[in-house]
Amino acid sequence: MPVIQIDGQEYEVEAGQNVLQAALSLGLDLPYFCWHPAMGSIGACRQCAVVQYLNADDDRGRIVMGCMTPVADGAIFSLEGDKARGFRESIVEALMLNHPHDCPVCAEGGECHLQDMTVMVGHRDRHYRGKKNTHRNQYLGPLINHEMNRCITCYRCTRFYRDYAGGTDLAAMAAHDHIYFGRHEEGVLQSEFAGNLVEVCPTGVFTDKTLVKEYTRKWDLQSAPSVCTGCAVGCNTMPGERYGKLKRVHNRFNAEVNGYFLCDRGRFGAGFVNSDKNLEFPGLRLTDGRFDALDHHAALMRMTTACHSGKVAGIGSPRASVESNYLLRLLVGAKNFAPGFSDAEQPLVELAFSLQQNSPALTPDIQTIESADAVLVLGEDLTNTAPRIALALRQSVRNKAYEMAAELRLQSWQDAAIRNLAQTMRSPLFIATTANTRLDDITEDRVSLSPDNIASLGFAIASLIAGEPVDEIDQALLRRAEVIATALRGAQRPLVLSGTSCGSAVVMQAAAQISQALCKADNRSMLSLVVPEANSLGQAMLTGATAPTLSALSKRAAAKEFDTLIVVENDLYRRGPKEIVDALLANIPNVIVIDSMDNPTLSASSLALPAASFAESEGTLVSMEGRAQRHFPVFVPAHERRSSWVWLLACMKELEIEEVSNLHHFDDVTRACASQIVALSGITGAAPDHHFRNVGVKVPRQTHRYSGRTAMHANISVHEPKQPTDEESPLAFSMEGLNRSQPGSLLPYVWAPGWNSNQSLNKFQSEVGAPLKGGTAGARLLLPTAGSVNRGMHKSNFTSAKLQSGQWIMVPRYRIFGSEELSAKAPAIAELVDSGFVEINNVCAQSLGVIEGDGVELQRADPQVQSDMLKAPVATLQVRINDTLAEGCVGYSAGLSGTEDIIVGEPLALQKAQGWQRPSPQIIGTDGGSNV
Amino acid sequence: MWTILQHSFTASETVEYPEQQPYLAPRYRGRIVLTRDPDGDERCVACNLCAAACPPDCIALQQGVREDGRWYPEFFRINFSRCIMCGMCEEACPTNAIQLTPDFEMCEYNRDSMVYEKEHLLISGTGKYHDYNFYRVSGLAINGKDKGQAQNEAQPIDVKSLLP
Repeated sequence: MPVIQIDGQEYEVEAGQNVLQAALSLGLDLPYFCWHPAMGSIGACRQCAVVQYLNADDDRGRIVMGCMTPVADGAIFSLEGDKARGFRESIVEALMLNHPHDCPVCAEGGECHLQDMTVMVGHRDRHYRGKKNTHRNQYLGPLINHEMNRCITCYRCTRFYRDYAGGTDLAAMAAHDHIYFGRHEEGVLQSEFAGNLVEVCPTGVFTDKTLVKEYTRKWDLQSAPSVCTGCAVGCNTMPGERYGKLKRVHNRFNAEVNGYFLCDRGRFGAGFVNSDKNLEFPGLRLTDGRFDALDHHAALMRMTTACHSGKVAGIGSPRASVESNYLLRLLVGAKNFAPGFSDAEQPLVELAFSLQQNSPALTPDIQTIESADAVLVLGEDLTNTAPRIALALRQSVRNKAYEMAAELRLQSWQDAAIRNLAQTMRSPLFIATTANTRLDDITEDRVSLSPDNIASLGFAIASLIAGEPVDEIDQALLRRAEVIATALRGAQRPLVLSGTSCGSAVVMQAAAQISQALCKADNRSMLSLVVPEANSLGQAMLTGATAPTLSALSKRAAAKEFDTLIVVENDLYRRGPKEIVDALLANIPNVIVIDSMDNPTLSASSLALPAASFAESEGTLVSMEGRAQRHFPVFVPAHERRSSWVWLLACMKELEIEEVSNLHHFDDVTRACASQIVALSGITGAAPDHHFRNVGVKVPRQTHRYSGRTAMHANISVHEPKQPTDEESPLAFSMEGLNRSQPGSLLPYVWAPGWNSNQSLNKFQSEVGAPLKGGTAGARLLLPTAGSVNRGMHKSNFTSAKLQSGQWIMVPRYRIFGSEELSAKAPAIAELVDSGFVEINNVCAQSLGVIEGDGVELQRADPQVQSDMLKAPVATLQVRINDTLAEGCVGYSAGLSGTEDIIVGEPLALQKAQGWQRPSPQIIGTDGGSNV
Repeated sequence: MWTILQHSFTASETVEYPEQQPYLAPRYRGRIVLTRDPDGDERCVACNLCAAACPPDCIALQQGVREDGRWYPEFFRINFSRCIMCGMCEEACPTNAIQLTPDFEMCEYNRDSMVYEKEHLLISGTGKYHDYNFYRVSGLAINGKDKGQAQNEAQPIDVKSLLP
């Protein structure tokens, strides 16, 4: 490792780094703006200037940019030299020429990198007497606020938005000091990762609009380490709370999972926690259908009484924690416990689990996905089902560029140079889906196929890689398969991505087949399968393949097998056709629903118990890569809201169930679950238990500057209450404790002296961009099996469904905003959620005689499926024409209103709806006239 | 003895409070008020700096945004039973909104009455600083003050212009 000299001190540094990285990794303070650990250097802002000396005799030195200067053995630098300091101060002064006097009314204030850097260089007085430039702002949608006056033209926004995240609608415009970062016209930012601008922008140009409406400074937020519940990726987050309301979600760095970035669903989708539809008290349904509020004791007694008969069924939820589901399963017994998937989804998730468990291929985390040099995606629209992985794929296609750079001995952080070198050269990415995706612009080849054809293509690729004869498929498809097989075989780290979202088991099997064939061909192959929800995989691990489905439970309910049904955090009406759920709920006299928010299932219950949301409770979630991660309560739930596991454990204690007699804490439940469920035995490693102390003290949720402690509750009583104690975790609901060098899973916020912004993360990392000092959060439960490559089913073992004329296969078209249940209820996201629709291609549109905006009725034509439902349409939806849809397929907006009764993959007949009212044109709103 | 005798003929320093009110300088640090700018609108922009500066943490507020674009405190609460009249809030205030006044007579029998909300704190004048109006300096546009109309600001740039 090279040894460099900084200000007379010798340091050993990592080879291949630049001086800025090295200095920050060493814990030295060197100001910077345009450099970002995930985006490399471009040397634009000139802020990280240091003096480099030629040799020991050189006493003048020359100014170089830290971020553009590679470290070399024996190099001599000075950070503190007058020349460098003076230069850096003048740069900040120049950057601040047009900066408005906004800090008190700026949402970045208090966590502003520009503020920090200005203080760091010591700039105080303006010398410039001219007028400040001003700009008009733009309306950028309900999520992001734009205040262009504050810009210091570091170009981080466009570098993130365009270069890193592949967006096209934000750009640098105009020239010289007129430069403007915005859209060509006002409108909603189209990238699904636009929210990261809030954290990427070193000042307050892009701020969180959901926060600005009811703003709280960073130092006043009470935060806890949490995990996003928006999809199965399991990004790490730091939600912040004040006055009992969740104010915002920030990214929590996890080197192996989300790194520095979140998607907008994760960042803005947690607003549902503040919903006015939240349950505050238990409710007992009266004969007139209304609910009477109970206190928690009375509710618990009723719950216990209802469970006494022993004829209890339970429906868990893939969005509830492992612990809640485990306790419910323990309470009702494994054979009466349905995991809460829809009938179509349950076997798919179980298959995804078993395929990954038995695969010799590596189940990659996101960091590893970014290292893939050839990727094949089968049947997943990743940007809408697992958005953060789509962002990772955008980085993986750049591996070609890094290879080219390595040949020229260019360092990987030379961002502009490498982009210039590679131009449009990319590592191969192939996508076979039912219709277009947001990643199409970086693919080598994307093909629209029906799910069965995707599987055929996959099996053909597998056969080609394994060198076996290929089944008869279409010649054009075979040629594609050959190209893909060659690319995958030629790659060092090939990745096959698939998942449950196209509703087809054979597609996932084909993906597993390919990765197996690649493993056999001695490649380091990776297989990643996307599952739908935050804890889907954990649920599959908990229940195994033998768990009853919803309809199986419904049949047994019809046979009057159950007196009581307990539903935990699950809206069953999103899981199955209304008729089946209605029947299920009607056939069981006591329906107890534990959920945080009002929903149709809860309204149909006889006893409703208020559950704490993810932000108010602890829990372990297993992400799609099999990583068990713990989320901790950010704030104490108000009123009678309790975590689901608390309700269930209390009920089981009342029932004097033997197994729970020794369970007192959350950690006891986790341990019991780990000891009894083999697949989940690693979940105790997700985070330290409640006995953990960080150098003898707890980890504080509040910053050391948390204000208003003696006034915030003074309107209720002037006598300050004791701070709530947290018996269940090593975190404290107070300012007391130590937020430094704790395990990575216990990082509630980032702050370091002189570093108030999120860039203070540097001080928590072992070196810049590397894992946290306390280690990476989460415990991996899926490890590649070294076992032999089993020769599973091949191509011809499945038969594609025969379509009658006039029928189309229903394929889901997911939406990042709307397809997920809870995030769609966040007010800001709700503005972006469309009403339900069907997508059809031109052929289909012509045969139906419809155009865009018309309505179509979807009907189950097969009398064997549901003979009594022939007359009523399954759904009546608006038509969108999408000519990229595969032949014979019709897309429907999965998860959006109006599509609940459509079963994925089923063939439906379409006909033009009579008397359909075209919706009035959408009006793009703005923030209000001349004011912006 | 002589000194004592001498003092019996000097004027008394003791003031017969409350019959006789002492003179307190305008900068005396007593009861806290929230002031208004010269245009009569509330000065506080709910930036939270006073709360952060407050040693006994007795200031709590919540920011909101008014229709006209101004930031304002949705509520502003000072727990005077905790306040130590140190004046740090006034020093921290970037808009001269929060000011200490020469009034110290705040005795209550009930501690709850020492909790002042915004309606108790907000006065209708400018307090000690008569001319300052934050929004005339700040770059934020509000109703009645567009971009480029603040002090020392140039007119907004026309991005589409090609002129140098």
